[in-house]
Amino acid sequence: MTAVVHTGLLTARALRQGARIPVFMVMNLVQPMIWLLLFGQLFRSVVEIPGFSTGGTYLEFITPGVVMMTAMFGAAWAGSSFVQDMDRGVMDRFLTSPTSRGALVASTMSYQAVVAVGQALVVLAVAWLRGARFGSTPGETTLGVLALLLAVVLLTALFSALSNATALLTGQQEALIGISQLITLPLMFLSSAVMDTRLSPAWVADVARYNPFDWAVVAGREALAASPDWGVVWGRLGLLALAAVVMGWVATQAFRTRQRSA
Amino acid sequence: MPPATRAPGTAIDAVALRKTYPGGRGRPPVRALDGLSFAVPTGTVFALLGPNGAGKSTTTKILATLSRADSGTAHVAGTDVARHPERVRRAIGYVAQKPVTDPMDTGRENLVLAGRLQGLGARDARARAAELLDRFSLTDAADRLVTTYSGGMARKLDVAMGLVHRPQVLFLDEPTTGLDPEARAEMWAEIERMTAVESMTILLTTHYLEEADRLAANVAIVDEGRVVVAGTPDALKDELRGDGIVVELAPGVPDDGASLAGRVADAVRASGVRDVRVEGRTLRARADAGAVALPAVLAGLDAAGLPVASATLARPSLDDVYLRHTGRSLTAAQAGSRSAAGDHAGAAAEEVAA
Ligand SMILES: Nc1ncnc2c1ncn2[C@@H]1O[C@H](COP(=O)(O)OP(=O)(O)OP(=O)(O)O)[C@@H](O)[C@H]1O
Ligand SMILES: [Mg+2]
Repeated sequence: MTAVVHTGLLTARALRQGARIPVFMVMNLVQPMIWLLLFGQLFRSVVEIPGFSTGGTYLEFITPGVVMMTAMFGAAWAGSSFVQDMDRGVMDRFLTSPTSRGALVASTMSYQAVVAVGQALVVLAVAWLRGARFGSTPGETTLGVLALLLAVVLLTALFSALSNATALLTGQQEALIGISQLITLPLMFLSSAVMDTRLSPAWVADVARYNPFDWAVVAGREALAASPDWGVVWGRLGLLALAAVVMGWVATQAFRTRQRSA
Repeated sequence: MPPATRAPGTAIDAVALRKTYPGGRGRPPVRALDGLSFAVPTGTVFALLGPNGAGKSTTTKILATLSRADSGTAHVAGTDVARHPERVRRAIGYVAQKPVTDPMDTGRENLVLAGRLQGLGARDARARAAELLDRFSLTDAADRLVTTYSGGMARKLDVAMGLVHRPQVLFLDEPTTGLDPEARAEMWAEIERMTAVESMTILLTTHYLEEADRLAANVAIVDEGRVVVAGTPDALKDELRGDGIVVELAPGVPDDGASLAGRVADAVRASGVRDVRVEGRTLRARADAGAVALPAVLAGLDAAGLPVASATLARPSLDDVYLRHTGRSLTAAQAGSRSAAGDHAGAAAEEVAA
């Protein structure tokens, strides 16, 4: 119960501070639109390659990919608020008070989730304006969008936790750049986010099967399909949830190393 | 929720604490604490004094559960800090040496959040925040971001943050460093009030001897990770037998360092004073009966052709105690401006000419 209250209080703090930097908020919304429009234009004709799976347009294909890219790249930076709090002595104050460790991690997850859901809705709206259509009935579309947003939340939780753990273990902003360069970027290319893996080398498709980022992309894309295979959607969401819980636990444990080096 | 068995009478009990930090990159490890022990009676102020790097902050971090000792035990409010840190955290307030407030929140938001995380309800937290802002004269700045605060205002807010939940034990790591004399005096009054009215136990670290002398019932001087001497300020001063003699030579005397020091020491040799130290044109010495020794000192200097600008006789100060036990004068260790209340205790010169 305490942990839930603390998560709420700390999430409110993050949102309050985010709102104090409007430029940041605007950038958060503009960036996914740029990706959507850029990728959409650059690769528009790949759908004409024989073997490309989707029946729809390329814009419809990459919309869930761009949603998940935005969520993952944003969450990979979640740890920077921990680094900042550590530099500012705010973290030490939390750690010498009864503040729940789990809530510290959970609050960065939920803050990132709020931002990522907002971004996802903007991407969906822009795609719709550009002619993309998802689901076959209004009911299906709503359900599909909700499932996609759930995937966004779980993906965000997983990468926020990874980023937090890295921040706690290293205390360095530079290490977070490392995550972006060495983990999230390769994960993006080793997935079906912008390219059907059936057209990639076979090993890419193999790797993608174990790629949590691809789980989110597949779940989101399937959920928005004309006739979704819900087994695939729930299967991927389950895997993502499991990964997020494990990584969240790891991040919470990482507070111990902070105590050893303080 | 309530703290378990509290050893009656002792709020903080540290026994043989040792802590070594890795040196990193091939450098040798740093021994921060080397068997440090002390005890603080409930409801009193205890001051840790010591030069930079002595281990004062390391000690408070271990007691506040932020850090772990390699060996030794510590109890705070009757609870073992290593075994039940979560219980200790409910009983303490911790104000670190560095700022602890969030610069991107307002003063009020900082206090309210701290109160709520300590378990106060929304209404109580708001009321408590308003009360503390008022007590530390921060009400006018309450709704401004802390980034816009002056150093002194931010420091006052730091201390207020440690008080939100009325802790039983409060750790203040250099609470008044960087405050102007007026703000420091306010802070002292507030600390005195907290121990008197709220019967709070306070562990204070400081470089200001006047601060320890005025606030602390007990003082421990820490050097190289160990308590070198502890006791009440008066008992420590009494330990230095006799009176202190301070003689300033006239400004006309050429200050050529070691050679002047040698001449002065030779000139006063016959006067029967001890612990002679010469720093620049200042001579310090101790004598069992200062009133008898002082004329002899002046006569000796006169005979050596060293004119005198002023001469004073003083009871031993904590500065003398500090110097005696750490081999260092305090001024070198001090950052920022001195208190205006600087009596003889504050007048020590640079490094000791050993
Ligand atoms: N996190 C750390 N990592 C490595 N070494 C540390 C760390 N914290 C402290 N030390 C070292 O431990 C020793 C004791 O430091 P500490 O901060 O306790 O001193 P202090 O008495 O508070 O000094 P000051 O008066 O300057 O605040 C110093 O040599 C310091 O360099
Ligand atoms: Mg210190």
